[in-house]
Amino acid sequence: MDRVAIIGASMTTFGDRDAWVRELLAEAGDAALRDAGVDGDDLDHLYVSNMASGEFEGQTGVPNALAHDLGALGAYTQRVDQTSASGGAGIYAAWQSVASGASDMTLLVGGEKMTHKTTGEATDVIASLTHPVEYKHGVTLPSFAGLTARKYLDEYDAPRESLGQVAVKNHRNGVDNPHAQFRKEVDLETVLESPIVADPLRLYDFCPITDGSAALLFCPESVAEQYADDYVVVSGIGGATDTHVVHERDDPTTMNGVVESSDIAYEMADRGPEDVDFAELHDMFTILEFLQSEDLGFFEKGEGWKAVEEGVTDRDGDLPINTSGGLKSKGHPLGASGVAQAYELYVQLLGDAGDRQVEGDVGLACNVGGFGNCVTTTILEQP
Amino acid sequence: MSFDAHRCPNGHVTYPGHTRCPECGEEQTETVDLADRTGTVVTWTTSTATPPGVREPNHLAIVEFEVQGESVRALGQLTTADGVEIGDDVEPVYEEELRDPEAGIREPDSQAWDGYRFEPV
Repeated sequence: MDRVAIIGASMTTFGDRDAWVRELLAEAGDAALRDAGVDGDDLDHLYVSNMASGEFEGQTGVPNALAHDLGALGAYTQRVDQTSASGGAGIYAAWQSVASGASDMTLLVGGEKMTHKTTGEATDVIASLTHPVEYKHGVTLPSFAGLTARKYLDEYDAPRESLGQVAVKNHRNGVDNPHAQFRKEVDLETVLESPIVADPLRLYDFCPITDGSAALLFCPESVAEQYADDYVVVSGIGGATDTHVVHERDDPTTMNGVVESSDIAYEMADRGPEDVDFAELHDMFTILEFLQSEDLGFFEKGEGWKAVEEGVTDRDGDLPINTSGGLKSKGHPLGASGVAQAYELYVQLLGDAGDRQVEGDVGLACNVGGFGNCVTTTILEQP
Repeated sequence: MSFDAHRCPNGHVTYPGHTRCPECGEEQTETVDLADRTGTVVTWTTSTATPPGVREPNHLAIVEFEVQGESVRALGQLTTADGVEIGDDVEPVYEEELRDPEAGIREPDSQAWDGYRFEPV
């Protein structure tokens, strides 16, 4: 079977941007087309990963707007919303479009504009994904993280400091990412003394609110060399859901969507967790990096925290995690984040990651929506 | 107001109810009121960054109840977090309005806003 290649990629600067969602999407989409030297009218399909442009700024119908702005009129367009995992779900849709033969050239652009809202308002837009019996109690995604972190620390005798080490590591990585929202190291003491947000988690256990966009350009591998000297292939991809109501999970410290989506992706790629050289995980909250690193099979259940403490997941460790700085320091513009994870794998695999370059030819990205409600796992490799 | 969990003919219990039982796919045909039962704290948090219309700080817990050998869990506000620990017993206490329905993004008429907080025993 002809595999699906990624021949171009881009991301905008993440952070507090003046641009609105249409402009952010156009900036990233234009840059990805330029990266591969492809024109807008070469696109058969155009996908936009976005959670809530209507709720955030009263702008709907963004895929059509983007097609017009990029000179891609005539292309089939579609918005992909899978909340925080919209980017990963967009990769799945774009991969399907090429793998099925429906499209020979697909552009995926993910983006979100959020920083014009107060923290409370933005938190409420995101919390609107919850079930009515959760929403009425004022539950937020950060409070799910607090509930889960307490359970994890209690169950596996993990020290509170180990969560802080995730923030320290990912901030350290973000310093070398020119697109990151925060390019500043933090020490463990700062993390542990920052204000409580959802006990036992504190401000530095959480990603910021962010504007930004990222894009990927897909075509069949058989024609990739016509466009690009260097490209990567999507060797495995899988998506899965877990309960909508978070308290209905048997084990609050296991994300079944991560387990099931990665099983599918590993099987497709004919790979296992031991073959992964580096990974981008959805560290919207520090605790999520532990849960995913275990549920992806990198470490035993309840032992992910030890790997972080021992430096295994550092940039110079055996399995670097979040070389981009992760959502924690790079920022988390909802619909863009899953696309930006794959952008990091792409530049790492091409050897274009500059000061944050690591060695390896197999990268994995895990994009989590809700609190593990819907998950996409993607494996990218050198051809 | 009752605090209804939902049960299918195979004895699986969920809160809230679903169109089909998540465990076996059967229709849920019975309800079980949790309001007069004692539950156990599975985990808890105090949230300080709360959305519009939500009390601050907001103490929340996931609580587990036993219903004829099946366990069922519910998330809800705690009346207080003072001294609360995992494994503590709590009882449901009715509250007319858990957050201001007019202040958040959700359409006020689309759901109920009353329910049960958990009070440490």
